[in-house]
Amino acid sequence: MKKEIYKNPFFKANPVTVLVLGICSSLAVTVKLEPACVMALSVTLVTGFSSLFASLLRNTIPNRIRIIVQLVLVSLFVILIDQFLKAFAYEVSKQLSVYVGLIITNCIVMGRIEAFALGNKPWPSFVDGIANGLGYGMILVVLAFFRELLGSGCLFGHQIIPDSWYAAGYMNNGLIIMPPMALILVGLFIWIQRSYQKELIEEK
Amino acid sequence: MEKKEKKGSIFDSTIEAFQSFLRVPNTVTRRGSHVRDCNDLKRVMIIVVVALIPTLLFGIYNIGYQHNLAAGTDMGFWQMVWYGFLKILPLYLVSYIVGLGIEFASAQIRGHEVNEGYLVTGMIIPLIVPINIPLWILALAVAFAVILGKEVFGGTGMNIWNPALIARAFLFFAYPSHMSGDKVWVAGVDGYSGATPLAEAAVGNFPTMANGSDSILNMFIGLMPGCPGETSTIAILIGAAILIFTGVASWKIMLSTVVGGLAMGYLCNAIAPDPTSYLAMPAWEHLIMGGFAFGAVFMATDPVTSAQTETGKWIYGFLIGAFTIILRVFNPGYPEGMMLSILLMNTFAPLIDYCVVQRNIKNRLKRAQINQ
Repeated sequence: MKKEIYKNPFFKANPVTVLVLGICSSLAVTVKLEPACVMALSVTLVTGFSSLFASLLRNTIPNRIRIIVQLVLVSLFVILIDQFLKAFAYEVSKQLSVYVGLIITNCIVMGRIEAFALGNKPWPSFVDGIANGLGYGMILVVLAFFRELLGSGCLFGHQIIPDSWYAAGYMNNGLIIMPPMALILVGLFIWIQRSYQKELIEEK
Repeated sequence: MEKKEKKGSIFDSTIEAFQSFLRVPNTVTRRGSHVRDCNDLKRVMIIVVVALIPTLLFGIYNIGYQHNLAAGTDMGFWQMVWYGFLKILPLYLVSYIVGLGIEFASAQIRGHEVNEGYLVTGMIIPLIVPINIPLWILALAVAFAVILGKEVFGGTGMNIWNPALIARAFLFFAYPSHMSGDKVWVAGVDGYSGATPLAEAAVGNFPTMANGSDSILNMFIGLMPGCPGETSTIAILIGAAILIFTGVASWKIMLSTVVGGLAMGYLCNAIAPDPTSYLAMPAWEHLIMGGFAFGAVFMATDPVTSAQTETGKWIYGFLIGAFTIILRVFNPGYPEGMMLSILLMNTFAPLIDYCVVQRNIKNRLKRAQINQ
């Protein structure tokens, strides 16, 4: 198996900062770290297993109905995850609200199946799915770290910024909790990445 | 010759900036020059700064005046001016040190010349924030505006939105408790609540002709609580006269903004259910309240972010005025709508220009085809 399959999704071909997929959910669930971690894990499992099964079935799926077959596969895993969260982590499930169900519309899942799993063997497809999910999750967690720290002064719900700072006039930033600022943060990540990786910059 | 040797030094643009800040550079163009007009960026910016001076001076006086009124002390005229000056000085220091620091650094990194764009932005920002704003928050907003509002797009002349309004919008959404409400407008008196006329009008207390702190005359002169620059309509009109006389800002945008505001105001009057609702406030009173005049004269007319075509300017200004009144009257969450409507129309200005140009092309094409 090529090294790029599990290495690229973390930086060189990161689904969020390079492919610019899965932006909606990375703006919606990153206000706090806990839901962001759960979301990252859920997406990783869904991408990994739906890529695996799509790859197993790839020679039997008729080309003309492949999208609907992929949807059925993805929704199977999304429903499993959703039910699992409702049973064992009800609070987080409530915070994530519709976004667990909306994993099915996350472009990364379908994108990896279409672009990779349908043309590759099961094991590399599984690794590719997991790696892409983790690459997405990594951005989610970093975003949530900054948003929770600067927006609510907490990490995982524990207060980090001391009370003496607040007494001295420090205030939580209200803008960073709002989705627009999350989008600006994603933009900053892309900026940082492109200044390291010049080949990503489009020619004029 | 001396200059040539220094070429390649990373401080080139800093040295150049200081050399040409108030003097003419000693190098001249070697080949044919392309002068179209005697106005360069520096002269345009300095004229705007001059036009802002009346509002700044009045703002300084008003800070002292409001403090005197709230604290119940008996200060003389010069004491009030001195008090206001001491209050507004730190805001200017922060605005210019942070903003120019980032401008110099980014010019250095890019190898561009430092230009005069920030002089006006830095002058405007302290005029449109409450006087009690904590300095570190102001510094953060200035950094946000200069980096993300201007430098990422390529610096002065390339920005989509007015940088000073980006700073204000950042403060407004990030630290709302320091930006609105009735506790932030009067300097030096803790917990004193002095509501701005906009906040008063939103709860049904319209300004009246009678003598009072919120009378129409006081609002016109500017002796009311508010951001330092935006209270005095007279001072803003002096600035507008300078800008129009020198041709620096477009009178079409100013006029159409006022017309748009009046039109929407009268429409609101027409559909007002009863005389005590905000809808029924006389339309022209909107013009002297809050940031309407300041926005129309100094912010909407920013030549970079406004519409460029002549027809486009009318549309652009009219919509700014109309949206401002809609936001003020129908949205209880935001007492002032000027900032948001200017930013919205900044976003749409290129689209307006595109439509105007396309329409012109289409019309001329039609004429050409008929003649055949």
